[in-house]
Amino acid sequence: MSDFPFLLVMIALPAVGAAVVAALPKGRDELAKQLALGLSLVVLVLAVLTTVAFDTGGDRFQLTTSVAWIPDFGVNLALGVDGIALVMLLLIGVLVPVVIGASWRDEVPGRSMKAYFAWLLLLEAMMVGVFASTDVFLFYVFFEAMLVPMYFIIGSFGGPRRQYAAVKFFLYSLVGGLIMLAAVIGLYVVSASQLGEGTFAFDALRQLEITPGVQKLLFLGFFIAFAIKAPLVPFHTWLPDSGSEAPIGGAVLLVGVLDKVGTFGFLRYCLPLFPDASRFFAPWVLVLAVAGILYAALLAMGQSDMKRLVSYTSISHFGFIALGIFAFTTEAATGAVLYMVNHGIATGLLFVVVGMLIARGGSRQIRDYGGVAAKAPVLAGVFLLAGLASLALPGTNSFVSEFLVLIGSFPSQPVFTIIATTGMILAALYILLMYQRTMQGPPSGVLLVEDDEDVDPVPAAADGGTATATLTAPRRTLRVLDLDRRELAVVAPLVALIIVLGVYPQPLLNLIEPAVSATMSDLGGSQR
Amino acid sequence: MIQAPDLSLAALAPLLFVFGAACVGVLVEAFLPRDSRHPVQVALALVGTLGALVSTLLLAGTREVTAGGALAVDGAGLFLQATIAGLGALAILLFAERSLDPARSSFVTSAAVPAGSPRDRELLTSERVQTEVYPLASFAIGGMMLFTAANDLLIMFVALEVLSLPLYLISGMARRRRLLSQEAAVKYFLLGAFASAFFLYGLALVYGATGSVRLSDIRAAAVSDGGDVLLVLGLALLVVGLLFKASVAPFHTWTPDVYQGAPTPVTAFMAACTKVAAFGAILRLLYVAFGTSEWTWRPLIYGVAIVSMIVGAVLGLTQTDLKRMLAYSSIAHAGFLLTGVIGLGGGGGGSGLAATMFYLLTYGLTTLGAFAVLTLVRDGDGEASHLSQWAGLASRSPLTAAVMTLFLLALAGIPLTAGFTGKFAVFRAAIESGAWPLALVALLASAVAAFFYLRVIVLMYFSPPAADGPTVGVPGLPTTIVLAITATATLALGIVPGPVLDLAQRAAIFVG
Repeated sequence: MSDFPFLLVMIALPAVGAAVVAALPKGRDELAKQLALGLSLVVLVLAVLTTVAFDTGGDRFQLTTSVAWIPDFGVNLALGVDGIALVMLLLIGVLVPVVIGASWRDEVPGRSMKAYFAWLLLLEAMMVGVFASTDVFLFYVFFEAMLVPMYFIIGSFGGPRRQYAAVKFFLYSLVGGLIMLAAVIGLYVVSASQLGEGTFAFDALRQLEITPGVQKLLFLGFFIAFAIKAPLVPFHTWLPDSGSEAPIGGAVLLVGVLDKVGTFGFLRYCLPLFPDASRFFAPWVLVLAVAGILYAALLAMGQSDMKRLVSYTSISHFGFIALGIFAFTTEAATGAVLYMVNHGIATGLLFVVVGMLIARGGSRQIRDYGGVAAKAPVLAGVFLLAGLASLALPGTNSFVSEFLVLIGSFPSQPVFTIIATTGMILAALYILLMYQRTMQGPPSGVLLVEDDEDVDPVPAAADGGTATATLTAPRRTLRVLDLDRRELAVVAPLVALIIVLGVYPQPLLNLIEPAVSATMSDLGGSQR
Repeated sequence: MIQAPDLSLAALAPLLFVFGAACVGVLVEAFLPRDSRHPVQVALALVGTLGALVSTLLLAGTREVTAGGALAVDGAGLFLQATIAGLGALAILLFAERSLDPARSSFVTSAAVPAGSPRDRELLTSERVQTEVYPLASFAIGGMMLFTAANDLLIMFVALEVLSLPLYLISGMARRRRLLSQEAAVKYFLLGAFASAFFLYGLALVYGATGSVRLSDIRAAAVSDGGDVLLVLGLALLVVGLLFKASVAPFHTWTPDVYQGAPTPVTAFMAACTKVAAFGAILRLLYVAFGTSEWTWRPLIYGVAIVSMIVGAVLGLTQTDLKRMLAYSSIAHAGFLLTGVIGLGGGGGGSGLAATMFYLLTYGLTTLGAFAVLTLVRDGDGEASHLSQWAGLASRSPLTAAVMTLFLLALAGIPLTAGFTGKFAVFRAAIESGAWPLALVALLASAVAAFFYLRVIVLMYFSPPAADGPTVGVPGLPTTIVLAITATATLALGIVPGPVLDLAQRAAIFVG
């Protein structure tokens, strides 16, 4: 069973599927969607089977395969997962079908939607690859190649400023990636001088003894790329643009998975490969992280555009994740990894619900909505749950992870932790204010229609008094439908996960903890 | 008694094929009736280039110096000759395309007729096609192949002229926008003549310093008295002449004008093949003659590489014409190639030579493909190369846009395309030899350059099509073959580059 090349299939299947979907004849959009959904569900099943095959007490990297790819560069097609990568694969497995379901009715005038689903599948293949690589070169290849599908998803299917957003997204990530490429080559050169033969294999690179000066440079090369991707605060300006202009499906995967590559990279590459440099730069990273928590939360409160708001909340959350990683305790880092999963689920759901609201009203502005809860209680309920999960209310999944991060960071970094905690209060503010303005209060905004014809004419004619009343002050009601069956099916898995993982996170923690411990022992003397 | 120099005809077979085809082509031009010339000339040129390609492959592994020591037949030379011959054959196919232009060819029927004259307008609609371009191109290809094999500065100079003169001519033979084309030709000729003069002057100085024009003798002299001002000055002048041909900034000023004015197939030919030839000569000169006294050229190449990358990437941003944009792209890529040249490594053991050769192959294929796509997009006045005309091209012709996107991503160096593999190879070579600041500048320049490649993709995919936009011509068989080969190779060298990298690695040997 465990001989089955799960990881390779999880990369190849969506990649081939993308080509098939793209090659479908024009006008077969329906088939394209079904095919994409089917394939993404197969990947989910494979991810679950991978988890079953994974032995939490076993080796650090499991299900490994390694095939020589470019012998001249010493590059292998080396795949393998530790617990951290595995939970990310599970997250991908869950989010992609949800995203496909959520995009089922999306239409962009003048564009064939089958391309959208083909790009989504290709993106899935790249995302699996980036987490499953155990070769730094391969990781880099997926890291950069991942930009192309997302670029087309934003640029072809996004909002009014999509061209700007797509190019900004691509260039920011590309610059980061190229700086990382220099560091990747630098690592190779160091390995060539120490091991006699250059290699990109993670396990071999971990053994290198790199001098502090070189470590600092290489660390920065990796760090800048990941800090742009994650994004940490001075590098974050691309995310609100991309997040708000991307179609909902793209936005979910962007903040849910793509940005996690940054925090994943901190944990997988920066800490184990450059332990001294990590410790040297940790105070600075923590300053950025905590500043990001507060700054992005304040900016989130000031947003009038719901998608932008959610994007800023993500930047604030990424600050927590970075705090957990650079606090250098097993507890905090485990919390950070769990946070990566939970944030994907909670913010994913928030984006999906916001997308459903936008699909009804056609506007992203908060002020264009009001009192939706009265007419669409289920929509409002899911919105509230997603919001509460996002602000880490106890009982939801995010609480567990945020609490772990804070409690784990406190012993080593009390000052930063205390400042970060205030971010939780701000989170309650920006989420609840958005909820209150859109969902509660008197009906108002774009969904409001002058609904004379809706008022049943027969009783109006029978009762002269009411008829005159409606004439003098026409009744205005919201024309909004609650979630339909497709939409319920889309949100149901995420809602279930929020509650289940809020109550019983242990299985995920069991997966994550050994890998984090291994990372911390690479770092050496982590517990102070 | 005068001893005739030894000539290994087998080792010279690639050159003989191309020059033979060119000479027969001239005779065909003189003796065959006009109607039957075109197919014969195309066939002849293809036989010449493909024959050269096959014979270089058969010669693989040969290492000898022949023709009285004037020519080196070695791995690196053969690899580059094969590259030139292969790319040359593809360029010939582009020349032979007859179904895109309503006038059946991209070349003017009679270059001597003044542009805009009544006779010129008459010829614009005639079915007659120009066939002299094929022997001219064959001579140029032969010159390029000789250029990379020259083991002697005089032969190198002769080769430089043999490759340049036909190029000056054919870049002035555009069928449309003839004045622009003629202006380009004159500009190229005048500046090229200057560059040749530089080269010749440098040759004289090096001869004065070392008493020989043979690369191996120069190396010996450079080792014994490397500090000679005359020698270093001569080297600098030689390099300037070569950098001109390679369109490296600050010797690049002709490039945008000539690339824009020349008929697009010729531009494709120059961008791909001339680059390979010029870098072949640079590599041979620097590695064979000055490889042991690296300090003489390393600072110069280092600086020029940085200037070229920055000039190419930054000025490329401001271009609104695709051909000019690709010209600046070629200047930036020349800078990237020089980072590979820097990666010679101590005692020639570095991976710089193999990396640069591989990069030349990938760059040649990709840029040839990109120019081939350019020939497809046309309006009433010929090719529509203004950026704004490409808006919304993807909705009009998805396949063309997809192929162009592939080439642009490869030029930008995105992984899983040939461009990335090449870039990785040269940057690795540079960092291995300690030139990491140069590699860092190169990476940042790639990011800047990526912006203008992306802009074309943005226009094609994300912009609404213009109402009176250009049409996308249906290419005939020759262009289709070129696009299929270049696109497949661009993808294949990104996904499975192993065998070709290995070949380049094994071929990376100079004799002399």
